[in-house]
Amino acid sequence: MLQYEDILAQIYSVLQEIARDNREINETTDLVADLGLDSMAVMELLAAIEDRFDISIPLNILPDVRTVKDLALQIQQLMVES
Amino acid sequence: MGIFDKFHSLAANQRALVDSGVNPFNVVIERLISATEAIVNGRHTILAGTNNYLGLTFDPQCIEAAKKAVQDQGTGTTGSRMANGTYVGHAALEREFADFFGYRSAIVFSTGYLANLGMLSVLAGRGDTILVDAHCHASIYDGCRMGSAEIIRFRHNNVIDLEKRLRRLGKKTANTMILVEGIYSMLGDRAPLADIVTLKQKYGAYLLVDEAHSLGVLGEHGRGLLEEAGVGNSMDFIIGTFSKSLGATGGFCVSNHPELDLIRYASRPYIFTASPAPTVIASTRTALKILKTHPELRRRLWRNARHLYQHLDDIGFSLGPEISPIVAVRLPSVKQALVLWGNLLDRGVYVNLALPPATPDSASLIRCSVSAAHTQEQIDYICKVFSDLREGAITLDAQSTAVDSPLDVTPAS
Repeated sequence: MLQYEDILAQIYSVLQEIARDNREINETTDLVADLGLDSMAVMELLAAIEDRFDISIPLNILPDVRTVKDLALQIQQLMVES
Repeated sequence: MGIFDKFHSLAANQRALVDSGVNPFNVVIERLISATEAIVNGRHTILAGTNNYLGLTFDPQCIEAAKKAVQDQGTGTTGSRMANGTYVGHAALEREFADFFGYRSAIVFSTGYLANLGMLSVLAGRGDTILVDAHCHASIYDGCRMGSAEIIRFRHNNVIDLEKRLRRLGKKTANTMILVEGIYSMLGDRAPLADIVTLKQKYGAYLLVDEAHSLGVLGEHGRGLLEEAGVGNSMDFIIGTFSKSLGATGGFCVSNHPELDLIRYASRPYIFTASPAPTVIASTRTALKILKTHPELRRRLWRNARHLYQHLDDIGFSLGPEISPIVAVRLPSVKQALVLWGNLLDRGVYVNLALPPATPDSASLIRCSVSAAHTQEQIDYICKVFSDLREGAITLDAQSTAVDSPLDVTPAS
């Protein structure tokens, strides 16, 4: 199973492609408030992460995800389940 | 602080729209002339954005049936299907929908929106998984949200992505339902339904198809994409609406599963609303008969669709991926779409404007829909107006986005 740190690193790498500017991203970065990702960009982010980890992320988790850390924890949980 | 604070940005966008002098979201149809013409802003206008695919809203037989129903049965049922709102006509229409598709039974709902809410809110239960096409209609997403299933999107019309997600589910595919549409409402493209049926069978999942925009439009008998694709018997659930090719308001679900009847006892959108008025049931029953016995309506519809699509393609507009009665024109910006929409209306052509985030890929769309009732002259006129406006529509400063999308609709997803 992938460790939390590995998941985090993958999220950073995807976010750097999507966010485009060179803003510093860490665990507390808010995907919408800090990075300004709109709903379409969030969908792109999820799709890229789904491909990298070979998982499907249910839309149901979205209300609980605000920060990079929230997302990483959700992905970790999904990988445990799958 | 107050409950309206959250509307500040919406209000600003709406104000900008009003100030721009073009507001596509408060069009008032002042007088109907026919299924394809009306008076709008005091001007004679061709309606090319009504989803009235077969033009049956003014069909004399449908009108006669509705008149007789209102005289015999009154203006409304004033009650739920589960109380006093099931008349002989409601039950007969359910039988007729089931027979039309060759399935076991059907349920009639009060609108197409409620049909999706009514079915999905109950079917998508805890422990189940829904695999839904990214371009599915808001009513499908809303229905899923009312249920408790895990909702997973797959890339639009992408069977490879769908299979990947089925594979990831492992044994859970036995509790999985795939949701697709016959013709997608914004871009007018069809689902790869035969391939999806193959996947459904391979993985033992369920399949629901919403034929809202394809009923009466596709297939020799008008049964929709499932007929055209030759997979008419392979659906678990078929959803449809009366409000497009059938020319009224209402919705239905057809299925071979005997459990369909149980949905009535569990579905809040079925129970807690009044049933369709007798006029609606009467005109819809008549329209369904016409739909299946008049294939020439489909031929006229498709002739008109090809005509408009090919002309707009020839003059250089960016269109949806395939010819369809929904002809979607992509504009580079919200501003350009608004200006073109306003100019079309000024020239007597009404079409729909669809803006992000309610559109696929955040596109700004001028969405036309043609009807079997459009004459050759009307389609020629629509083509001419698009030709006249093309130059201005495409060369307008693409960077100018003074008007943001006024819609505050959470995207379908």
